[in-house]
Amino acid sequence: MEVGLNHFLIVSTILFSFGLYGIVTRKNAIMVLMGVELILNAANINFVAFSSFGNFGINGQLYALFVIILAAAEAAIALAIVLNIYKTFSKVNIDEINNLKD
Amino acid sequence: MGIYDIIFYLFAAITIVSAAIVVNTKNIIHSAFSLLLTFFGVSGLYALLGADFLAIVQIMVYVGGILILLLFGVMLTNKITNVDIKTGVLNVIPAILGLGIFGAVLIFIVTSTNWHVEKLVIPKTTTSMLGNLLLTDYVLVFELLAILLLIALIGAASIARRDKE
Amino acid sequence: MLDTNIINISLVILLLPLFGFITVVFFGKRFSKLYLLEVAIIVAAFILSLYVGYTKLTTYLHQDLNFSFTWIDFGNVFGKGSMHIDLGIKLDNITVIMLFVVTLISMLVHIFSMAYMEGDKRFSRYYSYLGIFTFSMLGIVLTDNLLMMYIFWELVGLSSYLLIGFWYEKKSASDAGKKAFLTNRVGDIGMFIGILILFTNYKSFSFDYIFNQISNGVLPFGSEAWLTAAGILVFMGAVGKSAQFPLHIWLPDAMEGPTPVSALIHAATMVAAGVYLGLRIFVMLTADAMLVIAVIGAFTSFFAASIALTQNDIKKVLAYSTVSQLGYMVLSIGVGAYTFAFFHLVTHAFFKACLFLGSGSVIHSMHHEQDMRQMGGLKKKMPITYASFVISSLAISGIPLTSGFLSKDGILAGSLAFGHLTGHWLIPALGFLVALMTAFYMFRLVLMTFHGEPRNKEKYDHAKESPFVMVMPLIVLSLLSLFFWYTPNPVSPEAGWFAGSWVKTPHTVVPETSRFNFMKSDIMTEQDQTSEHNESGSIVEPEEEVVHSEMYMHAMHWAHYPAMILSLVLATLGILLAFVMYQWKKISPDKVTNTFNKLRLYNGSLNKWYVDEIYNSTFIGGTMVLSRFLSWFDKYIVDGIVNGTAAFTRVFSTISGYFDTYIVDGLVNGTAFFSGSIGLALRKLQTGKVQTYIVLVLFSVIILFYLIGPF
Repeated sequence: MEVGLNHFLIVSTILFSFGLYGIVTRKNAIMVLMGVELILNAANINFVAFSSFGNFGINGQLYALFVIILAAAEAAIALAIVLNIYKTFSKVNIDEINNLKD
Repeated sequence: MGIYDIIFYLFAAITIVSAAIVVNTKNIIHSAFSLLLTFFGVSGLYALLGADFLAIVQIMVYVGGILILLLFGVMLTNKITNVDIKTGVLNVIPAILGLGIFGAVLIFIVTSTNWHVEKLVIPKTTTSMLGNLLLTDYVLVFELLAILLLIALIGAASIARRDKE
Repeated sequence: MLDTNIINISLVILLLPLFGFITVVFFGKRFSKLYLLEVAIIVAAFILSLYVGYTKLTTYLHQDLNFSFTWIDFGNVFGKGSMHIDLGIKLDNITVIMLFVVTLISMLVHIFSMAYMEGDKRFSRYYSYLGIFTFSMLGIVLTDNLLMMYIFWELVGLSSYLLIGFWYEKKSASDAGKKAFLTNRVGDIGMFIGILILFTNYKSFSFDYIFNQISNGVLPFGSEAWLTAAGILVFMGAVGKSAQFPLHIWLPDAMEGPTPVSALIHAATMVAAGVYLGLRIFVMLTADAMLVIAVIGAFTSFFAASIALTQNDIKKVLAYSTVSQLGYMVLSIGVGAYTFAFFHLVTHAFFKACLFLGSGSVIHSMHHEQDMRQMGGLKKKMPITYASFVISSLAISGIPLTSGFLSKDGILAGSLAFGHLTGHWLIPALGFLVALMTAFYMFRLVLMTFHGEPRNKEKYDHAKESPFVMVMPLIVLSLLSLFFWYTPNPVSPEAGWFAGSWVKTPHTVVPETSRFNFMKSDIMTEQDQTSEHNESGSIVEPEEEVVHSEMYMHAMHWAHYPAMILSLVLATLGILLAFVMYQWKKISPDKVTNTFNKLRLYNGSLNKWYVDEIYNSTFIGGTMVLSRFLSWFDKYIVDGIVNGTAAFTRVFSTISGYFDTYIVDGLVNGTAFFSGSIGLALRKLQTGKVQTYIVLVLFSVIILFYLIGPF
């Protein structure tokens, strides 16, 4: 079977699922960030795949580029937050940081 | 099955396996390095899709920037001498269950949908096209992103700054 | 307008004591000399009433002066026509004379009290009470309607109560005050019912209006029996206030009050108010009512005199003497001797006030000793008191040259005529018997107090004549007890101006059928003419003053001399008897006592014929038994019902409580528990862990897929 759009999309889906799995299951905040990055990558694969297999130019690639830029910004901010959390609670296990409950 | 397909499956395998390692290993350092492989695999997939510039950017920004940042985070928040660099898990069963169903549904949707598919045309290079678009149609977005990055930079510095006591 | 002037001055006289009362009662404590204002006020009132009396008796002798205004206008009461209550004053001859008497005696008592009450810790309060008493007494005298009469009637009752219980630290005094008030209430209830009978029928309280209506033939409920009933009921107020037989018990006890008060209220003025009321309603009394009144009066006067014979307390003797004399006046009303009832009222007011003030003077000098057995021989120590006392005693005994002789003689003659005309001979018989007894007990009193050897040497040595302010009223009053103020002829009251022209028996207004025979007019036409005149105005021409029939005039003439001689003989006999027993000691009083006591008469009289005891065991005891029964009834029946209800309620409440606790609350708690369980279960979801939330979102998305998806 020739590799087509569906193959890329399935890879993207699997990647997305792993990302979400990581977000949900990991206790460490940085691991959660890694899961987020996986999801972003899965999204980017979709952008690029639709861009390439579609007939609307390379706008999709441009969006992927934007996502990468935002991911960079997000990573910077998120890490700053994680550092702050660590300073405050002396831990980064977000299951133990359940102040949202109160 | 041509060479293109083989290369696709290779990169796809790298991506998925390393992603699985990322989310399943207990050691954060291992996860980080597996993530490196994942990004690399994704970059390969971009290349296969004809997005050469994006593939390069993926490697540069993700691998050279974000991943290093994550590692910094790991190092700063975990004492390296501490054995407990491993991380615990939670919600494993519901997550597996939920994501199993979710993933299956998504794959079903993807495969059952009749996508409008053009013939895959791989251009020589996309750099100039992206540059054109970026400075014409998307110039506003471009500028906003520049400002966003600046704000993120200042914000991150501000948040992470150590309070003077 | 002279008559308006007179009315205005009368109002001023009425309101002056009220002003004095208000001033003294509020400021008397701060300004200890303020009682002088009260005295000055009463002097002013006396002078004004002198002026009013003079003007009325000279200028308006045959004309009544009226002044009234509408107090409350009820408008058109449904089914009753227009109704309004008028207040007003009426000045006729007896009014102005009473005005004079009241203000004069009140003034003298005020002056007397300045010395008698000196040093009392509630001195100014005493004067304020005297002020309100004078005010209310003047109100009774001046009023032209039954409502105001009743209001002031109760006010004098109140001030009497306050003054009897003036030394309320003494239990006997406060008890006497209560007794007086309650006993008076009994009579006042009757009076109130009587007033209401009249008001129901005539829609007016005014004397003149009611009498006019009656003379026009409008009877209460259309029946003469009701008119009789109304008359007797209204007169019941007088029975209470004037201490007539069934209700006389309060007056002797009222002597617990200060002696000047006894003189003013319980001898001269307030108790006479009952007689005054009797005179006011005289014209509407039917023959039956008059007979009842005459019997009450005769019996009271005899009954009280019989008690007075044996009393040893100087004030008690005078008290019973007062009751006896009031009985005379009531008897006089009953027998139709209107003029002499009023005449005796006035003369009695003077000599009885003099006697009381004299006894006050004695008591004062004996350091509040009231027992005659502790006195004796005081005549040397207190010559002025003695002289005035003797004059008054002669007056009350009915010795010629005194005022008492004139009035008493008139009453006795009237009763004799009445007996002759109607055959009720018992009434004059009792009257003459009382004349004898009166003379005896009065001179017993005089002799025991002033003559003989002093029995209590120590007190005798300390005794001395009272100061001028106390002696002066005695002199004035004893002078007023002499005849020449009333008539130039010492044996014929009719020859004088008082009984001759000032006070005339008014026309009776009751229907012919309800009159005594002797009060029926001889010629019907004349009666009609008079009635017409009465309607057209209150001017009654003297030549038309044909009140009594020829028959009555005849009887009066016939009775005049026998009555005079008989009363004179009896009075002399009484005085002689007193001298024999107490001065010359020819007959030992003890022997007499023992003789009479074989029939238990002496002890009976000494103990006031056990009336108090009888009342105690019947009315009071009965009331107590009734109260006890009612208390028992309350406790077991009423309380039982209440408690039963309560118990039932409690049982019901308990059941309802169980229902509440287990059923209603069960439901509520069940709901709450259910919600709580769900909440508890759902709470598990709210872990505060972001990742758990994401899992939930994931499942939610799956469910959404299922719901809206294409499967």
